[in-house]
Amino acid sequence: MTMIDVWVEVDGNSAALALHEAGKKLDSAGGDAFLDFSAVRRIDSSGLRALGDFAGVADEKGVKVTLRGVNVDIYKVLKLARLSSRFSFVN
Amino acid sequence: MSDKTATVITDERIEYLEGMVRQAKTAAAVFTQYTQEDVDRIVKPMVLAGLEQAQYLARLAIEETKLGVMEDKAIKNMVATEFVYNYVKDKRTVGQIAEYPERNLVEMAEPIGVIFSLLPITNPTSTVLFKCIMAIKTRNAVIFSPHPAAGHCCYEAVRIMYETAVKHGAPEGVFTCLESHNLQDNDYMMHHKDVGLIDATGGPGMVKAAYSSGKPALGVGPGNTPVYLEKSADLDMAVVDIITSKTFDNGTICASEQTVVIDDEIYDIVLEKFAELGSHICTEKETELLGRTVIDPKTGFMQSMAVGQKATSIARMIGLKVKPKTKLLIAPILGVGRGYPLSVEKLFPVLAVYRAKSLDEALKVCIDVNYAGGMGHTAVVFSRNDEVIRKFGDLINAGRIIVNSPGSIGALGGVYNDMVPTFSFGCGTGGGNSTTDNINVFHYLNIKRVARRTQAHMWFRVPNEIYFNMNAVENLRKFKSRSTVIITNPAMEQIGHVDTVRRNLPPETLVHVSVIPDAEPEVKVIMHGVEGLNFYRADQIIALGGGSVIDAAKIMKLKYESPEADLEELAAPFLDLRKRVVQYPTEKINHSRLVAISTTSGTGSEVTPFAVLTDREHGRKVTLADYSLTPEVAIVDPQFVMSMPKGLTADTGIDCLTHALEAGVSIYASPYTDSNAFQAIRMAFKYLPISYAQPNDEEARTMMHNAACIAAIAFSNASVGVNHALAHALGARFHIAHGRANALMLPHVIAYNAGVPTKFMPSPNQRGYIAHKKYAMMAELLGLGGNTVEEKVQNLVIAVEQLLDQLAIPRSIAELGISKEDFERAMPELVKNAFDDPSGRSNPRMPLLSELVELFWSAYNGRGPARIKEASQQRREDKVLV
Repeated sequence: MTMIDVWVEVDGNSAALALHEAGKKLDSAGGDAFLDFSAVRRIDSSGLRALGDFAGVADEKGVKVTLRGVNVDIYKVLKLARLSSRFSFVN
Repeated sequence: MSDKTATVITDERIEYLEGMVRQAKTAAAVFTQYTQEDVDRIVKPMVLAGLEQAQYLARLAIEETKLGVMEDKAIKNMVATEFVYNYVKDKRTVGQIAEYPERNLVEMAEPIGVIFSLLPITNPTSTVLFKCIMAIKTRNAVIFSPHPAAGHCCYEAVRIMYETAVKHGAPEGVFTCLESHNLQDNDYMMHHKDVGLIDATGGPGMVKAAYSSGKPALGVGPGNTPVYLEKSADLDMAVVDIITSKTFDNGTICASEQTVVIDDEIYDIVLEKFAELGSHICTEKETELLGRTVIDPKTGFMQSMAVGQKATSIARMIGLKVKPKTKLLIAPILGVGRGYPLSVEKLFPVLAVYRAKSLDEALKVCIDVNYAGGMGHTAVVFSRNDEVIRKFGDLINAGRIIVNSPGSIGALGGVYNDMVPTFSFGCGTGGGNSTTDNINVFHYLNIKRVARRTQAHMWFRVPNEIYFNMNAVENLRKFKSRSTVIITNPAMEQIGHVDTVRRNLPPETLVHVSVIPDAEPEVKVIMHGVEGLNFYRADQIIALGGGSVIDAAKIMKLKYESPEADLEELAAPFLDLRKRVVQYPTEKINHSRLVAISTTSGTGSEVTPFAVLTDREHGRKVTLADYSLTPEVAIVDPQFVMSMPKGLTADTGIDCLTHALEAGVSIYASPYTDSNAFQAIRMAFKYLPISYAQPNDEEARTMMHNAACIAAIAFSNASVGVNHALAHALGARFHIAHGRANALMLPHVIAYNAGVPTKFMPSPNQRGYIAHKKYAMMAELLGLGGNTVEEKVQNLVIAVEQLLDQLAIPRSIAELGISKEDFERAMPELVKNAFDDPSGRSNPRMPLLSELVELFWSAYNGRGPARIKEASQQRREDKVLV
């Protein structure tokens, strides 16, 4: 059974901050990380960078990151930024 | 990482460059979420910032590059912002950007992503402003690479644009600018996998490098603008325009005038006017000295020390004394090419002039200048003669042909004309570019076409008038005619049909009879008939006979009315009647009415737009098809078919049924044709056996005669199918009557079309494959029973088989006495001709060659219950569509 250590609801207005906070929680993680993007309508450059950093930390720690509720516009952004392959996606 | 790593580049530098690309890529990705309103909100303040800083940036450019004129550079900066904004402000560049409802087509914008942009030394800051506005408007990120001698002013221009853009919501990192870079940096960027487009506004070397990178690139070619100053021109305007243009920013715009070719009659006056307005006219010696100094004798290109310098400075370089306010040095030349150094591009205020003795000579010299390094770029003509302007535009290979206005400012667009404002001139293939356009926002977009399914327009055409039922021939009395020619065959005369027709014509009509052989018409028969029509000055042609006679009359009418019609050309193949290459003549020297009276119940030629012509010389038949061939009047009078022999009744009757069945499943079938096809099927099944068994049954003869006409109306508009293609090939090779050949193939073709196609025929007017369902509908109409589509199709095949048996049609091709060996030998020719036959193009299932072979062999081996059962089993295995 999958153990979920990090579950973060990403705030649409401050995605970058939420992701930095979530990154800190990975220090103690031993299972998977879930980031809930349901409330995020649009992502900016800093949010995208934070997401990339988060993926990097997760990789180092061997944590699988799943993004939930990513809208199709943001999904395309992740695709263009070549970040989509670093995450799993659930609706 | 890049796909190709430059040879001399440090890891540290790579990290720097990769960081820039990463930043731009992130910005471009984020930018895709922006709406049209979002980007428009950013663009306007950028434009205002550019206008505010126009003078500041111009001063920076002058201080750094030492080229051009500060005031002019400021103007350029303003054009690059205000004029470009005026063009782009209402343009849609996000999401749906255009819609063409009549074509069911929508265009949508997709950003490019990361653009790597090279900047020139000649127009550095204006090019930055222009490209930044374009990039934001199209949601792209740009990495700029300035010319090394214009790095600071470009960097400053990018900074102003970037800060304004981000302040108003643009993604961070949307613009970056390489600092203290070198060629290796450019090479690295040009090959980077995350760079989507290279926009190279720079020297020929950079443009070539961009195009050689393998990336999509926008490049500008070098210019060498020829100007033709023709004798009819407004000379005062022309001289001022040329000076304005050539001295603008000291001639640094690559579209500026290089050589002015002046008509002999006005040459001296023009030079006087140039001199009056501050130009120095060089002597022969001065011209020679100038050429040696400002043009590199080794390369033949301009010397960089002269680029963007004032006329007085250049004069000083060669020790030439000129007036202090001299604007322009004018150098008369006697030719174009390496022997005449000043005939090349000169991005400084030196202008070559040439005295032309004639229009012909003037245009030739302009072509020479155009080909001496200016292909695809810009050319200028001053003239009031529209023909001269048209000829000039036709001869000169330039993306911009500027008429009666300054070349450089004219080419920029939006000032002297309605061209798109730009700072980047596409020069087409002549200049080694991909476009001749003034580069604009639409070149920064991938434009996607969303093409919705479009139903082709259909048609339903029939003769103007159709008279049917017993004694319908009496209607001939309605048609006034001074001279009528009856085209018929010997049998019609013998039976007395010709007299019947004659009796029903108005008494004042002069009637002539032209008897033609009872066979498919040949060219010589047609031409003989046309001679008769001309001799009698016919205003009415009556075709009395079967399909051959009516076809002959159709072609005679065509040649009589339009003698220039080339029958060979008109018979050219086509795929879609509406898009055919060959058009039938519409101009006529004679006018006549064609009345077709059919004496068989099968071909329906009296209402069709087809005519078959036999070409004995080449041993083939050609089909003419055009609605202009359709008779104006059809008379479907059963009295002319009462005496048809049994064999002919059977063959023509099956031809009628085949027309209806094929029209019913054709890819061109429509509700209009279906109503006729289905009715004809019902009538043929009911009345054909009676007509055959009881030839004197007037009702049956009447109904079959009508059925043939109705089926023909259907196939005239929906066409036929592969059954006809096979029958044409079979009939021609083994001399089998057309109706009989159709009959031999018919059950096999129905079974074939009802199966799952190996290849579907493209048919935009149909939703899904429906041939099997339509066969089932026909079976229902005939009351043949069956619970499933498959059963109904099978019952239809059986009913057709039974009908053929009732008509004593042979069960197989073999029964006709054709040996298996002969048939096998004929097979390649049969298949080739069947495949080429246009009838197959409207079949619901696209026949493969191998399938045509199978169909021929099925028909050879014959029909019958056992074979039907076998075919049924095969269909089940093929997963027949239900």
